[in-house]
Amino acid sequence: MTQTPFAYAPAPESVRPALKPSYGLFIDGRFVAPKSGRSFRTINPATEEPIAEVADAGAEDVARAVAAARKAFPKWSRTKPAERAKLLFRIARRIQERSRELAVLESMNGGKPIKESRDDDLPLVVQHFFHHAGWCDKLAYAFAGAQPRPLGVCGQIIPWNFPLMMAAWKLAPALACGNTCVLKPAETTPLTALVLGEILQECGLPEGVVNIVTGGPDAGRAITALAGRNGGRNAVDKIAFTGSTEVGKAIARSVAGTGAKLTLELGGKSPNIVFADAALDQAVEGVVGGIWFNQGHVCCAGSRLFVEESIHDDFVARLERRMQQLRVGDPLDKNTDVGAINSKAQLETINRYLKAGGDEGAVRHEVSCTLPKKGFWCRPTIFTGVQPSHTIAREEIFGPVVSVMTFRTPDEAVQRANNTTYGLSAGVWTEKAARALEMSNRLHAGVVWLNTFNRFDASAPFGGYKESGFGREGGRQGLSAYIRLGGGR
Amino acid sequence: MSAARVEVAKTLKLYVNGAFPRSESGRTVPVLDARKRLVAHASHASRKDLRDAVESSNAAQPKWAAATAYNRGQVIYRLAEMLEARRAEFISLISALEGRSKAEATKEVDRAIDRCVCYAGWTDKIASVLGGKQPVAGPYFVFSMPEPTGTVAVMVPDAQPLLALVSLLLPVIASGNAAIVVAPLANAPLAIAFAEAVATSDVPGGVVNILTGITSELAPWIASHRDIAAVCGARLSSGDAKSLELGAAENLKRVCLFHDAPAFEDDAFWHAPFAIAPFVEIKTVWHPSAL
Repeated sequence: MTQTPFAYAPAPESVRPALKPSYGLFIDGRFVAPKSGRSFRTINPATEEPIAEVADAGAEDVARAVAAARKAFPKWSRTKPAERAKLLFRIARRIQERSRELAVLESMNGGKPIKESRDDDLPLVVQHFFHHAGWCDKLAYAFAGAQPRPLGVCGQIIPWNFPLMMAAWKLAPALACGNTCVLKPAETTPLTALVLGEILQECGLPEGVVNIVTGGPDAGRAITALAGRNGGRNAVDKIAFTGSTEVGKAIARSVAGTGAKLTLELGGKSPNIVFADAALDQAVEGVVGGIWFNQGHVCCAGSRLFVEESIHDDFVARLERRMQQLRVGDPLDKNTDVGAINSKAQLETINRYLKAGGDEGAVRHEVSCTLPKKGFWCRPTIFTGVQPSHTIAREEIFGPVVSVMTFRTPDEAVQRANNTTYGLSAGVWTEKAARALEMSNRLHAGVVWLNTFNRFDASAPFGGYKESGFGREGGRQGLSAYIRLGGGR
Repeated sequence: MSAARVEVAKTLKLYVNGAFPRSESGRTVPVLDARKRLVAHASHASRKDLRDAVESSNAAQPKWAAATAYNRGQVIYRLAEMLEARRAEFISLISALEGRSKAEATKEVDRAIDRCVCYAGWTDKIASVLGGKQPVAGPYFVFSMPEPTGTVAVMVPDAQPLLALVSLLLPVIASGNAAIVVAPLANAPLAIAFAEAVATSDVPGGVVNILTGITSELAPWIASHRDIAAVCGARLSSGDAKSLELGAAENLKRVCLFHDAPAFEDDAFWHAPFAIAPFVEIKTVWHPSAL
């Protein structure tokens, strides 16, 4: 372990969220007991201690939520857009007021550092509601001449890496366009969505406009099973999913032929490309943020690092030195850089990849700190000597693990970067503007970060090429996911 | 008195990579007009023909996408010129094949040609309408732009064969995609006359490939082909739609079958950039704008 003469004193966040011991399903404006009769404990991954008891929705509960959303749709979709807007603005404001508490809860339930939930997740949650609130009465300008109309009931299934942010990315545009929603938070991180349910109640969002069903994969499947355009009592008109490519494909198959609309925001194995002419210390910071932000539980993480061959040794040395400074530990400590792995299952997945990396011949460098005894932890890790054929260079690890490879020419960098079935994001580090822009044109990715990484904004569309999914979230382009155009059927 | 002149009948082939090959399968199918008289024999495209078309279209697409939007506009305008030159041929083919009146056929052909002109004007405006600078809350210069998706399969329905073909194909190629058109055998004479217009315009070989065949036979191969990036179609049977969407999950192709779209006569819908949007990817690029 690198001993520094000056250790950081703990700086724990003191606020504790007001939590109930148990939560029902949020259906038709009320928290109700699940008809399934099942519930599960949701834990803090940093301590493995239970936080609350949460309902496990069955197919019957999902059908009930969808029916509530259907019932609410005619009135909500005909609500004067400017009135819809005011409700969304109000929601944004109320979340802003409760940001600190929600940030703490996000870190408790998901394991991410409070620094990130406070400075990244919550501000983006608020901004998404605020940004989309303003779209409600401007859709006719966004789709000029094309008569935009809402789709109906949207089934929205979200992951555990940015729980409340994903809820906002799904709900805000759907509601702005006049749809009603059934949201299923991830099994391991249901709590902030449930508090959001309370906020929606408090803000006077009409009953049934948003319904929140907690549960596991079965609850998700119960939603996609209702996909279909028949407009029946239990039909879902649109499925929006963020999660793994494997599950995304299964959802695409189950939605096929039903006429329901589909958008998918899936996995990635994003390249982060560092040219020899980059500002190297800035690039190091960008690579750090690109892979160790949120423990690497980021679909657009820069998990393949391509370094121009001439600077490889120097750059890796700088990166490793910087990595050793990362503070891994209590997510609620304001000094923490890297928090807990979201779940035991995810830790096991990451560990399998760490083993594969070593077995296939890559060289492992990791942070040499002591890890807490309880909870799920993984040391930030760099693999050097990685070949493009290695498992850790091809598959999404979804953990704090970066694979370093080299290139000699810009053409080679483009070819290697694009040599993946994914296409979510890409990073480029160079001080030469024309090179940066040329690379941005040639990289097959939905988001390209030039001399920066992992930036998000409610006004900037986010989403993938190829098997990273389709559809965008954010900005005018993101609205397309929630509207129907033209005067036709 | 000499006997009536023997008409020179056209052999209908496929259009792949800028050339007119026969189907490798050797299969041909008689095409009858509305009065059940033999018009010609159509080439019945096979899975192997599809593979050849994919190869040619994937080879041609990057160059087409890299052409300036202004250049693509001129090429598509040239296609409209070639269609106009064949206007009489299209009119008589439509009225013969479909048994529709000359007046009706004329309307369809004129609308198709005018739609082509409309898309010639879209190429260098798509980016301004579908993309733009994003006002993010931070010191970053952020812009979003549409990029073509790649090779797109275009499934043409039976009715209104020319207008449907133009309405579905032009939004696809205007943004820089390459296309593999699958046209019904019954309308092969029309689809191949269109191919001849394409071949004599400046559309580079491989950017538009035209196969005449049976949708339900080719649909599963199209859907599961990993080098096809998207599927465009309209007015398909629910069985074909399902088989395309199901197979597309294999590599998460984009599938837009215009379920909600109005009739092809609806200029407001079919001339709008939103017909182009399903076949482009929005790329968002960030750069710091302050030191």
